[in-house]
Amino acid sequence: MEATKNHFFNDMGVMLGRSMRHIFRSMDTIITVTITPIAMMLLFVYVLGGAIQAGTDNYVNYLLPGILLMAIASGIAYTAYRLFMDVQGGIFGRFQSMPIAHSAILWGHVLTSLVSNAISVVVIILVALIMGFRSSAGIMSWLVVAGILAMFTLALTWVAAIAGLSAKSIDGASAFSYPIIFLPFISSAFVPTASMPFVVRVFAENQPVTSIVEAIRALLSCQPVGNNIWVALVWCLVIMIVAYLFAIKAYKRRV
Amino acid sequence: MEKAIKVKGLQKSYKKLHVLKGVDFEVEKGSIFALLGSNGAGKTTVVKILTTLLKQDSGTATVNGFDVVLKPVNVRQSISLTGQFAAVDGVLTGRENLIMIARLRHLKNPSQLADDLLKRFNLTDAADRRVATYSGGMSRRLDLAMSLIGKPQIIFLDEPTTGLDPEGRIEVWKFVKELADGGTTVFLTTQYLDEAEQLADQIAILHEGRIIVSGTLAELKKLFPPVKVEYIEKQPRLEEIFLAIIGKREEK
Ligand SMILES: Nc1ncnc2c1ncn2[C@@H]1O[C@H](COP(=O)(O)OP(=O)(O)OP(=O)(O)O)[C@@H](O)[C@H]1O
Ligand SMILES: [Mg+2]
Repeated sequence: MEATKNHFFNDMGVMLGRSMRHIFRSMDTIITVTITPIAMMLLFVYVLGGAIQAGTDNYVNYLLPGILLMAIASGIAYTAYRLFMDVQGGIFGRFQSMPIAHSAILWGHVLTSLVSNAISVVVIILVALIMGFRSSAGIMSWLVVAGILAMFTLALTWVAAIAGLSAKSIDGASAFSYPIIFLPFISSAFVPTASMPFVVRVFAENQPVTSIVEAIRALLSCQPVGNNIWVALVWCLVIMIVAYLFAIKAYKRRV
Repeated sequence: MEKAIKVKGLQKSYKKLHVLKGVDFEVEKGSIFALLGSNGAGKTTVVKILTTLLKQDSGTATVNGFDVVLKPVNVRQSISLTGQFAAVDGVLTGRENLIMIARLRHLKNPSQLADDLLKRFNLTDAADRRVATYSGGMSRRLDLAMSLIGKPQIIFLDEPTTGLDPEGRIEVWKFVKELADGGTTVFLTTQYLDEAEQLADQIAILHEGRIIVSGTLAELKKLFPPVKVEYIEKQPRLEEIFLAIIGKREEK
């Protein structure tokens, strides 16, 4: 036991290196998690943007938080995919029969999810800067934004882990992410909720994406964040804890 | 003789399917042991229990002196597993696969080790290609090479030659023999009777949840006195022993 505990970080690091290679060698992953959100951003800003009344003079500023959440939501679909492939394939049995901390296998995937989503978030922000995104936010605000995005990623990663560990087929493993990818559309990510019909508006204003988007938007534009940030954090924490418990249960069933 | 593996009264069911109904056998240190059985006999189930991937319902199993349920970490330190379906990472190159396992075993100088193994298993030319592009035989060789890292005392090979062409099979046999000559205990499963005959010091036949016969090839052959036809003496082949036993049981 001692030996495996001492090596936990080494083992998790090896696992991280392995799945980062998987990501960088998969054109499909790179396209989905960075190029697609960037294309969406281009589409919204240069094609639809002129017609959208967001009540702001810089639509890129308005749009960016929602685009980032979409990128993360599509990114974690690949976490589910990689976990599913691992559990199905023979390599998982090899890892489990080796004297390594079993939790390092799972945490390697979680860490990969954080690192890879951080990379796509940074790339998208750089492109947004080129497209005219500007923020006067200070370092503290940026750190809080990074914290919220990390929490959101972690929460969704554990949801993805449930899917990857318990799915019966590859489609099942990634299908769960589609509703999540669509959530930003029914939120204040692209247009203000005021223009929506009543029922849609009630949904939009009370689902997690809206509070997260509003909190990030406020932080980046140096506006008061109000309650949104707490609502956003509570959403992330609750989803994370519940999903974590179910994911661990699913993992134990696999082991 | 010391025992590398001891299995007593092993039982395992998947829901209603009673796969193992009381399996007993012992494997001597440094020997090659073949567990023979047809599709669905439960060979992989036995391997999974012995390699701590699965818990039995009842019975005991010790590997290298450690109980698989009570001391899984010690068991894992003593073994390595080459599963039925290639336990390699197709996205990584052959060299990366080897280095990854060496790192997970916390060995010094992983790249040197990888180079040596690549050479030994004739994979040097393909070392920097993704494993997904390897032929079945090459994947299997890499799989075996990965299992040797860290010099485990006991190696489990679940159907190591299934899907290989005759040349590939002979190559794998050669490596397995080399391993055993080096003092490693090899536990392998196979559906091929000739494979057991070729490789194994000891053979056990798993059928309908139990070991129906076990022993050395010579002992198994003794169970069936040679059939005398005039002057020609015919040695029964393992295949005939197997079929005869199954036939007899089913008549009952
Ligand atoms: N996880 C599982 N859930 C339900 N049934 C299972 C499971 N794993 C194996 N079985 C069933 O248990 C039986 C024994 O399976 P096992 O894989 O141990 O056989 P095997 O001897 O390795 O077969 P093969 O030669 O095809 O590899 C089979 O009937 C199989 O369908
Ligand atoms: Mg099998």
